[in-house]
Amino acid sequence: MSRVAEILRTMGARVTNWVWRLGFASRFFWLIIAHSGTSFRRFHLTIREVYFAGVLSLVIILVSGLFVGMVLGLQGYDTLVRYGSSEALGVLVSLSLIRELGPVVAGLLFASRAGSAITAEIGLMKATEQLAAMEMMAVDPIARVVAPRFWAGVISMPLLAALFSAMGVFGGYLVGVRLIGVDEGSFWSQMQAAVDFREDVMNGVAKSVVFGIAITWIAVFEGYDAPPTAEGVSGATTRTVVTSSLAVLALDFVMTALMFRGV
Amino acid sequence: MMSRKELDLWVGVFVAIGIGALLFLSMKVANLSSFSASETYQIKAKFDNIGGLKPRAPVKAAGVVVGRVSDVRFDNETFEAAVTLMVDTRYQFPRDTSAKILTSGLLGEQYIGLSAGGDSVNLKTGDTLKITQSAVVLENLISQFLYSKAADSGTNDNKK
Amino acid sequence: MGVIESFVRYNSHFLIIPVANSVSNNPIDLVQVDGVTFAYDKNRTVLRDINMTIPRGKVVAIMGLSGCGKTTLLRLIGGWLRPSIGEVRVDGEVVNNLDHAGLFALRRRMGMLFQFGALFTDMTVFENVAFQMREHTALAEDQIRDLTLLKLQAVGLRGAAQLLPSELSGGMARRVALARSIALDPMLMMYDEPFAGLDPLSLGVIGQLIRRLNDALGATSIIVTHDVTEALALVDYIYFMADGAVITHGTPDEIRASKEAFVHQFVYGEADGPLPFQYPATEYRQDLFASVH
Repeated sequence: MSRVAEILRTMGARVTNWVWRLGFASRFFWLIIAHSGTSFRRFHLTIREVYFAGVLSLVIILVSGLFVGMVLGLQGYDTLVRYGSSEALGVLVSLSLIRELGPVVAGLLFASRAGSAITAEIGLMKATEQLAAMEMMAVDPIARVVAPRFWAGVISMPLLAALFSAMGVFGGYLVGVRLIGVDEGSFWSQMQAAVDFREDVMNGVAKSVVFGIAITWIAVFEGYDAPPTAEGVSGATTRTVVTSSLAVLALDFVMTALMFRGV
Repeated sequence: MMSRKELDLWVGVFVAIGIGALLFLSMKVANLSSFSASETYQIKAKFDNIGGLKPRAPVKAAGVVVGRVSDVRFDNETFEAAVTLMVDTRYQFPRDTSAKILTSGLLGEQYIGLSAGGDSVNLKTGDTLKITQSAVVLENLISQFLYSKAADSGTNDNKK
Repeated sequence: MGVIESFVRYNSHFLIIPVANSVSNNPIDLVQVDGVTFAYDKNRTVLRDINMTIPRGKVVAIMGLSGCGKTTLLRLIGGWLRPSIGEVRVDGEVVNNLDHAGLFALRRRMGMLFQFGALFTDMTVFENVAFQMREHTALAEDQIRDLTLLKLQAVGLRGAAQLLPSELSGGMARRVALARSIALDPMLMMYDEPFAGLDPLSLGVIGQLIRRLNDALGATSIIVTHDVTEALALVDYIYFMADGAVITHGTPDEIRASKEAFVHQFVYGEADGPLPFQYPATEYRQDLFASVH
């Protein structure tokens, strides 16, 4: 009897804690927006973070994009050639990259490369009392530390996703046209005929913006909320990667359902 | 520690190639440069049967893409399919142009083919195409074929 | 001590900058803590009915064992936490009634040295010290440079300006943090365990710097520490805390002569006394045999 009560109590505490964190995260999001003035007034603060979140993620994004595109080229050709429509390879590669794989895979890579770094950095700043020191010096850490990182993530993510897609199309082109020998003209022309600027490219960009907001929000929140100990920070870093990856996949489903319903 | 100048340079390079990638996707992968949604006019066409025609299917004239299907819906008064076409303003067609639903290849996607008529007045936004030809439905084709075969053999028997 | 001399030589430069405390006509006690009780929740009362006055220009130590609420008290003065009962006044202003803007305005006139320095690890020593000038003043770049080098000179680390905090020893990091906290010439300096984890040499340097900087800046200093010898040699007045309450206070001489058993134990570092060596437990013999049965 007491065991059941114990289990119920633990579950209740978990749920309460979860709801509390969700509420704090929402309030935190609002605080970031409200304290964003500094990030734009002193834009070099944000530029610095774009370097850490964006420029340092370039290599992994470009290399992964190239490989994903090359694999799509190989696999797509294998399937399409059975139906005698191998020249539609360009369509397959570009549509799957621009609509789905570009934003999603770039988002997952961004979460594990930049998101975890943001959480660890803010968490460590908290653990070593740097945030406290800043507040004691009458400088708001949300305005000075959190908001620039948040905006840098929101700026970097769509650019990284676009680079991933472009690199992937190039990889598909390398494999399809250069290696297998699909006709170059029909590769590009079929692609251009099938990919729509607004429906596909802009929707892909919209997805990546939303992913960028979600990932960086989770990353800065987990860092700011991390218990100020070594285990606390490492736990928060893991949670950032897990939560933001799940958020990217779930948001991708929701946004795909909203955007491409009619097709 | 990296100096601010160096940092700015790297971020500048990053933003530039990021925007470059976006441009590549819009111009080279999508065909923003050749076909933009803003310069189109809309015309309507009604079909008895559209087969597998979907929104965003191409509209072709003499094999050249001149527009896209923007909307497909069912007209509840005439019991026909009402299709809206967005045609590039660079291409003008006479008023008595006819529309057919065609299939690219044996199993390919369906599209609308326009054949120009001889009227001196051109189509404008909101006009409806008068002459249309529905999609070929495989079942109808087969039953037609079998029917004519049966009729054929019947007449042959009578001649005997 | 060359460091201190050079600081004193540069001292005249400090007077160029308007110092808030020299023009203030507020009460003689810079910090007043009146009947403050603080509790995180019902079961955890950290501070009980604390009364304290810290006069201008003095260096005051708050002493006691770890976990007796010393740091909490500093956080109440800095406006970090709000007392459950009572009020904290700094320079005539009631800290716990200030809004965000008022609190930040007050904090610009306070400096705090955190236990392990809390230097910004992603900035050089120079940028760390220049941080507040960049954030709060509209000084030109060359003025910031001069002032920053001046502060670094005062703690003897001008040569380390371009190093990163990770390249500094513990004592050097503490000195940089000290230079950073005096960047805007605060009227009130707070030191949270400034001597913790330092070698005897660095400890002496930090101790002397605290005293000299306080007198040169005309500031007031609060030192939270459990380092008895260093504190007794350095400060003007001592508050002794135990278990969330002030048990005694007085000048260093009065503390040394104190008859209070706990203070005596603390000052002379005796292993056993009113504060038992053993953490409260069941009887030893009982514990030993418990496993057998």
